[in-house]
Amino acid sequence: MKETSGRRRFLKSAAALGAAIPAGAAAQSKPAPNVDHDKQRAQHMRAAAAQPRPYMFLSQTEVAFLDAAVSHLIPKDELGPGAKEAGVTYFIDQQLFGGYGSMAKKYTQGPWPEGTPQQGYQSPLTPAAVYRAGIRDTNEYCKKTHGKTFDALSRAQQEEVLKGLDGGKIELEQVRSQFFFNMLLANTVEGFFADPVYGGNRDKAGWKLVGFPGVAAVYTPFIEKHNVPYRAQPVSIADITQKIAQVDEHGHAIHVMLDDDQAGV
Amino acid sequence: MATKLKAVDVVTVGVGLTGTILAKELADSGLKVVGLERGGWRDTHPDFDMPHAHDELRYARRHELMQDLSKETLTFRNAIGDTALPMRYMGSFLPGEGVGGAAVHWNGVTWRFLPWDFETRSRTLARYGKTQLAEECTSQDWGVTYDDLEPHFDRFEYLYGICGKAGNLKGQIQPGGNPFEGPRSREYPNPPMKTSHVGALYGKAARELGLHPFPAPSANMTRPYTNPYGLTLGACVYCGYCERFGCEMGAKASPQTAVLPVLMKSPNYELRTLASVVRVNLDSEKKRAVSVTYVDSRGREFEQPAELVLLTSYVFSNVRLMLLSGIGKPYDPAANSGVVGRNYAYQTNGNVTAFFEDKVFNQFMGAGALSMMIDDFDGDNFDHAGLGFIGGGWIGAASSGGRPIDFRPVPSGTPRWGGEWKKATARYYNRTFGITTHGACQSYRGNCFDLDPTYRDAYGLPLLRMTFDFRQNEYRMSEYMTKKAAEIAKAAGASRMNVTPRTGKYSIVPYQSTHNTGGAVMGADPKTSAVNKYLQSWDVPNVFVIGASAFPQNGGYNPTGTVGALTFHALEAIKSRYLKQPGPLA
Repeated sequence: MKETSGRRRFLKSAAALGAAIPAGAAAQSKPAPNVDHDKQRAQHMRAAAAQPRPYMFLSQTEVAFLDAAVSHLIPKDELGPGAKEAGVTYFIDQQLFGGYGSMAKKYTQGPWPEGTPQQGYQSPLTPAAVYRAGIRDTNEYCKKTHGKTFDALSRAQQEEVLKGLDGGKIELEQVRSQFFFNMLLANTVEGFFADPVYGGNRDKAGWKLVGFPGVAAVYTPFIEKHNVPYRAQPVSIADITQKIAQVDEHGHAIHVMLDDDQAGV
Repeated sequence: MATKLKAVDVVTVGVGLTGTILAKELADSGLKVVGLERGGWRDTHPDFDMPHAHDELRYARRHELMQDLSKETLTFRNAIGDTALPMRYMGSFLPGEGVGGAAVHWNGVTWRFLPWDFETRSRTLARYGKTQLAEECTSQDWGVTYDDLEPHFDRFEYLYGICGKAGNLKGQIQPGGNPFEGPRSREYPNPPMKTSHVGALYGKAARELGLHPFPAPSANMTRPYTNPYGLTLGACVYCGYCERFGCEMGAKASPQTAVLPVLMKSPNYELRTLASVVRVNLDSEKKRAVSVTYVDSRGREFEQPAELVLLTSYVFSNVRLMLLSGIGKPYDPAANSGVVGRNYAYQTNGNVTAFFEDKVFNQFMGAGALSMMIDDFDGDNFDHAGLGFIGGGWIGAASSGGRPIDFRPVPSGTPRWGGEWKKATARYYNRTFGITTHGACQSYRGNCFDLDPTYRDAYGLPLLRMTFDFRQNEYRMSEYMTKKAAEIAKAAGASRMNVTPRTGKYSIVPYQSTHNTGGAVMGADPKTSAVNKYLQSWDVPNVFVIGASAFPQNGGYNPTGTVGALTFHALEAIKSRYLKQPGPLA
């Protein structure tokens, strides 16, 4: 079934906890302001005299390295912003400064033989220490080979270095190059697609790229509308806690549907 | 020096799916029950409140609800003779921690194993002869049959409000259900889930190929449901945040939604959280458990005496506590003797990713158990003559939530990063679905648990050591099943597909399945089983070991339904026989 009436649909939760969804409730709509979450968020940030976002773990050298590296992993192009523009470097900084960077809830006791690929992470280094060593070693390699640090190389040279790390052709001193690269790639993808509350996915660039709506609405009325695209302005956790997005009685987002010409992909 | 506490009738080590049911039923019968849980308290409200419940990084990637490995993990190696190393990060499987255990963050797929599964060895020998089984295969019969367990499956399904369509009611095949399942005494308590676009397309393609699709049995409620304990579960809203998440709607059956609200009101029950059990203490003859020793969050050691000790933790912790406490003879794979640690098995999963150019699937919608499945290639539902393997599994297409950090399918051959990767990710995110081939895993002499000689937990005790790899039987089965899945993807009109049967050595790194089984297996012979057919220790009869640790090998199904049935089966034996005359039941 195609949605024909109106370009914006407002799906309202019809299901109170303990109450069945009545047949026909699917198309029930409710007037709501034509809000653009991102514009509203910008206003909100200005009004709240936005806090600066200082880097907590990474040095300036490391920020420069990561800004350059992540812009290759997920580049800016005609589809939209890349990882750099989406704040992935800041996301990685925040992750390394917190529990992830220090291996919270992970087993850290030695001994640490390298083990087999099937046995997984066996480094004595925490992720924070892996970045510190990996960035320094890669910059050393770049200086030796090209006379400049990674961030100062040409785009083509940077691409070659990243491929060398990815394929294990470049040998680093303190960490295995593929180990460092795989961690960087995994964290870059996380930073691009995680909720913006973690500092990446700025302006929901990652979610907009693929059409992910973020915090879910009640999809009961929509799950059986087969082959009908569901195009919504994505909603983040902060959109809800700051009351930028509307929610139903259980806290699910009430999505603002996109016009077809806004829908992107 | 441990502080000795007042004796109680029953102690459960672990407060998850099995421990809460047993505690509720035994407390109702007048026994004093204490539940010891290494993790903390958590409940639908406020722990899974919106909007924070929908945070993929926190729950799916950083494992908010899972075991704290800094205190305890396990070590792993592929083969006897290799050096096992600790699992420092979780990957292949995700055990829970805290009240509710892994039944908080599960998807909710709730099967009954087939009648064949409970008699794997004898039925294979009868139909195919012994050449069908690999020489080192130690798969065996369970000591119970499907018919023995049917009433207990039924009780568990009504307690947890399972949603589905019966395929076999008292021997009569029912349209719309799974025609291969064992006979049910009555219909599921709730109707099946809605059908997503993926489910409809997959079901149509499977039917065209002469197969028998049906909606997966689900613990995600299709309507508000009041269970026999008087608790009402909410209705699922298909938000797509099930596996690795708690449910903000209280719509996923779990200890929190189906048992705990009444259990916690019982004057006969006491829950102690942040209590890590380090040992079951036995009498001098090692024939009787007298107490359990645990350490609390302030480092204080307590001894809790009890008449009956129920090990109700995840597979790993059940087996490890037996080994640490000297309950039963440890398994020795070289001599093929002993029983505790024997027959560890897993799940042999493959998959087909199906890409389309002209369809959209909105895979961010869904529910953990929203799936269309076929069971034509499970168990012994098809003739294995000449195939070189036994067993099989379900083949299904799920809409269980396409959260974008982990769900980013791209056609094989696409670079891992860069502009081409980005374009493919954008193009196929909403035009793709996966078909899982969820295969059984037989047990083998070399796949087992013991205590690690090197690595220790936070209390200085040896970690559990896992030795595991797949065998020819599993590789052949996976190849066979994954080819069938590819045929369905083709019939569904996929423009291209990634076909990935299970190959190569087992790795503990990528997520595969939290369906670990065995190590304290049940059976009719104390030489090949750690517990009898009532899940009672052969050696220490006032210890029962409940869970998938009792599976002698793993079937092609998600284990929870069968774990629930075994729980009620053991409970009945305890209530109707053991309590009247404590001692060995078999």
